[in-house]
Amino acid sequence: MIDIKNISKWYGSFQVLTDCTTTINKGDVVVVCGPSGSGKSTLIKTVNALEPIQQGDIVVDGTSITDKKTNLPKLRSRVGMVFQHFELFPHLSITDNLTLAQIKVLGRTKDESLKRGLKMLDRVGLSAHKDKFPGQLSGGQQQRVAIARALSMDPIVMLFDEPTSALDPEMVGEVLDVMVGLAHEGMTMMCVTHEMGFAKRVSNKVIFMDAGKIVEDCSSADFFGKPEERSPRAKDFLSKILQH
Amino acid sequence: MALNLDFSFLTSDVIKANLVSTFEYSVQLTAVAAVAGTLLGTLIALMRLSSQPALQRFARVYVDLLRSVPLVMVILWFFLLIPSGFYSTIAGSFGDAHRPELAAVITFTFFEAAYYSEIMRAGIQSVPRGQVFAGYAVGMTYAQCMRLVVLPQAFRNMLPVLLTQTVVLFQDTSLVYAIGASDWLKGFQTVGNLFNRPAEMYLLAAAGYFVISFSLSMLVRRLQAKIQIIR
Repeated sequence: MIDIKNISKWYGSFQVLTDCTTTINKGDVVVVCGPSGSGKSTLIKTVNALEPIQQGDIVVDGTSITDKKTNLPKLRSRVGMVFQHFELFPHLSITDNLTLAQIKVLGRTKDESLKRGLKMLDRVGLSAHKDKFPGQLSGGQQQRVAIARALSMDPIVMLFDEPTSALDPEMVGEVLDVMVGLAHEGMTMMCVTHEMGFAKRVSNKVIFMDAGKIVEDCSSADFFGKPEERSPRAKDFLSKILQH
Repeated sequence: MALNLDFSFLTSDVIKANLVSTFEYSVQLTAVAAVAGTLLGTLIALMRLSSQPALQRFARVYVDLLRSVPLVMVILWFFLLIPSGFYSTIAGSFGDAHRPELAAVITFTFFEAAYYSEIMRAGIQSVPRGQVFAGYAVGMTYAQCMRLVVLPQAFRNMLPVLLTQTVVLFQDTSLVYAIGASDWLKGFQTVGNLFNRPAEMYLLAAAGYFVISFSLSMLVRRLQAKIQIIR
C-alpha cells in the first residue's frame, strides 16, 4: 500500500534521510523507532508529502507523491495523520474540528459529516465533550479527538507521529488503547513511537532508524525475539530501552 | 496670557451644520480604510510570506515604501496622481463633487494596508507551523488552510493590535486637510474661521479626538482580555 523507494532528503546541505526503502502492506502495523534525530518523524512526514523529498519516490495506494500531476491535497485527504502536539484547531469547537475537512475537502453535507464525526468521537469515548473547545480538554483527550478527526475522513492508512510523546504518563494508556483497537480492526498503521510495549504487542513490523538511514526493517517478532541477529546500533538501542 | 475663551457662538444649529456630517465622514473614512486596509494588508502579508521571490519582493517594496514616506506626502501624491476623470467613472457626479473625500478613502486604504500587513504577518507567524501541517494533512489546499485554519487564528491573535492601529488611523484621518477634504477637523476649522474663534474650536477638536481615541483604546484593552484563545 505504501512503497518508499530509495528516498533521500536534505535540509540545505544537511542530509536527514539517506536512501530509505521499505514497503508497508495493507493491514500492516509498522512501528518506526530509533534515537532522537534519526529521521523517524521526517520519514513519516514524507509519506503524505508534508516534507518534500529530493530523491527517490513514494507510492501511496498506486499514486506517486513526486509525480507533478498528483493532486496532493486529495491524496492527503485519504491518509490520516496524528501529530505529537495534537494540532487540533484551537479556534473551533470539537464538533467543528471533526467536520471541517469532511465538509470542505470531501464535500460531505453538514449532517453527513456530523454523523460521521460524532460516531468517531464516540469511538474514542469523548461524546460528552463535543461542544467544548480543544483548550478545555486534557492532552490525552485532545489526542483522542485528533485521532477521531483523522478517522472521520475514512483514511486508507493512519500515520502516527509520536502520538504519546507530549502526554503525561497517565494519559499515554488511553491513547494507546485507541491505537490498539484500530490495529485489531485491521487499519494499516505507521507509528513513530517510543512505546516498545505497543510495538511488541501490536505491531507486525519494526523499522529501526539511525542517522537518517533505515538500519533494521524486520518483523517485530524477529526484532524483539532475536536480538542476537540485530545490528550493533539496534542492540545498543534495545538494551537501553528494555532494561527498565 | 489670557485666552478669553468664549463658546457662546456655538449653537446647536452651528454644530449640526458643521460637525455632524463631517464626523460621519471621518468615521466612514476610518472604517473603510480599516476593513479594506486589513483585507489588502492580509493579501500583502501572504505575498511577503509566500515562496515566490517576485511576490515577496513586491510586498517588501510596497511596505517599505509606504512606511518610509510621511503620510501627508502620500495623501498629496495620491490626490495629484489619480486622474480627475477617475472619480466620475467610479461614482458619477457624486464622485466628481467629492474628489478629495474619495481620494482620501483610496489613499488611506493603500497606506494603512502597509501597516496592517506587518501586523497580519506577525499574526500569521504566531500560528504554530504544526497547524499548517494539520490543515494540509486533512487534505486542505494552501488557500483553504490559510482561510480556515491560519488566518482566523492570526486575526484573533492580532485583533487588539489591529484595533490599536485603527485608533491611530482615526487620528491620522485629520491629515486630509492637506487636500481639503471635509472631515471632522475641517468642520471645527470652518466654524472657527466663521466666528473668528479658532482657539476655541481647535481646543474642542483636540478634546473630541482625545475622548474618542481614548475610549476606544480602553475598549481594546478590555477586549484583549476576553478574546484570548485557550490553548
